[in-house]
Amino acid sequence: MIRLEDVCRYFDVGDEVVHALDHVTVEIPDGEYVSIMGPSGSGKSTLLNILGLLDTPSSGSYSLDGVNTSTMDDAELAHVRQQKIGFVFQSFHLVPRLSALENVELPMVLAGDQPTARQERGMAALNRVGLGHRDDHRPSQLSGGERQRVAIARAIVMQPTLLLADEPTGNLDSASGKEVVKIMEDLNQQGLTLLVVTHDPAIGERARRQLKFRDGRLAEDSARVA
Amino acid sequence: MQTRDLLRFTAVSALSHRLRSALTALGIGIGVTAVVLLTSIGEGLHEFMIAEFTQFGTNIVAINPGVQETFGASAAVLNTERPLSIDDAEALRRVPQVLGTIPAVQGNASVEGNGRERRVIISGVGPDMPEIFRFKVALGEFLPDDDPRAPRAFAVLGSKVRDELYGDLNPLGERIRIGGDRYRVIGVMESKGTILGMDLDDAVYIPAARGLEIFNRESLMEIDVLYAEGASVEEVKEGIRRVLLARHGGEDFTITTQQQMLDVLGSVLNVVTFAVGALGSISLLVGGVGIFTIMTIAVRERTFEIGLLRALGALRGQVRAIFIGESILLAGIGGLTGLLLGLLVVESLKLLFPAMPASYSVPYAIAAESLALVIGLIAGVWPAQRAARMDPVDALRAE
Repeated sequence: MIRLEDVCRYFDVGDEVVHALDHVTVEIPDGEYVSIMGPSGSGKSTLLNILGLLDTPSSGSYSLDGVNTSTMDDAELAHVRQQKIGFVFQSFHLVPRLSALENVELPMVLAGDQPTARQERGMAALNRVGLGHRDDHRPSQLSGGERQRVAIARAIVMQPTLLLADEPTGNLDSASGKEVVKIMEDLNQQGLTLLVVTHDPAIGERARRQLKFRDGRLAEDSARVA
Repeated sequence: MQTRDLLRFTAVSALSHRLRSALTALGIGIGVTAVVLLTSIGEGLHEFMIAEFTQFGTNIVAINPGVQETFGASAAVLNTERPLSIDDAEALRRVPQVLGTIPAVQGNASVEGNGRERRVIISGVGPDMPEIFRFKVALGEFLPDDDPRAPRAFAVLGSKVRDELYGDLNPLGERIRIGGDRYRVIGVMESKGTILGMDLDDAVYIPAARGLEIFNRESLMEIDVLYAEGASVEEVKEGIRRVLLARHGGEDFTITTQQQMLDVLGSVLNVVTFAVGALGSISLLVGGVGIFTIMTIAVRERTFEIGLLRALGALRGQVRAIFIGESILLAGIGGLTGLLLGLLVVESLKLLFPAMPASYSVPYAIAAESLALVIGLIAGVWPAQRAARMDPVDALRAE
């Protein structure tokens, strides 16, 4: 359960103060499938960063699963990210020197898990995105769609409750884009909360709930209209 | 994060830029090689000098006239210095644990024999010299135990003097002239080589009393005393002091034990080795600058990765550890390469120039490697700190 209350995020740009997020209040229940849309600069990436605990609100509160995150320190935030949140980025962000399996294992390596457990869960995650046979390939030996699928495997290997995807299809052709979206939707079917930031209306309209942002404000929430 | 995973991750990162990492590590490697090479030469010099000084044995005490310490003005006002005499040397034979003494006087004079003439060192000594200085007679015998005040005019030739004057002829029983006086050759010494540039083979050994006459001196330059193996140096020194004090009525002599000389020499040579080691470490610092540069570049190149690690739950400390680890790894590998390279160079030098003193110094090798690791750590701190402080959002945005 995500709950944002009156969240603002300001940036100082020169003499000006930019309101990237302007009094946003929204609630997202567990297992929801939400798309976040809006033109560039509308605040959707800032929202995603705050939801992912990579950024903190200038004011307002954000509670995740009933826990207020605004009082957490750096280490606590890192722990919550590790355990509860999976990230999928537009440009995949795979470590080029590591194999597909090693990339998937990376969150577990950082968490200090044992190698045997890591390998088992890493392979399970790769199988889930249909890339079990590509475990020893480096990112450079994989297609764009495959890379994004490895990134999804990495995002879910810690069994998070929330999957945040920032333009996940932005660097993909439509066929592999569809495949990637399909995998994420399957994961959502199994109970994972899915948030997708996208420009692409075709992708955005697939979500059960759509949030549209304009100038840092939540301009339209399909749940509220209905 | 487990230590072996951290090691693996840093190793993989370093290996991903093979050439760059190798060159960076080489910078440290050359520094370590320099330290190893320079300290090996320093250590070799040390061993060489100690061997030079101990070739006469170590149980020796030298007595020189005069006090080598300053006592304000009194020394000049009240100069009661008595010279060391042959009688002093005789008296010292009776000190407990003393096995023998050499009254010594030395100078240059020309020697004539077999129709040839040569300018050599004339060493006035006593009959105990071969035993005390471990200097063997090759032919005939050494100076006999005559009355030390009126010894017979016998001479013993150094091996080089014999070769120069007599060639293959037998010099025993031949007459030679030294400074106008006639001497009979009764022996030839074995070759002993040089000590600090003084050729012991290009010398003629005669009784001390005759040496004093030739050089027109009243007193000896030195008395050397050999004491028994295992005897206490301090007791021997005290015994010598007591006898000389009784004879001279004051402390107008200086007693130097071989051990003191070796200690002083050893400490001087240690400083030399340390100094050349420190010079070599300067190149290690240069290597450290190389690591610093490469790590700064690596942090910039891998910015998105830093953001990613943070998004995946890495703590700032983990990010810092990853980059510092990589920096230490580069320095460590470079250091080990340097140790091997240094060993190789030292060994080849020994093969090529056997006369050159060089001896691999293990403590300095360990110190060089440790210093390399510390330099790796220091060089990595700033870039790693930069990486750890990055804002994850900004880092992820970098491409």
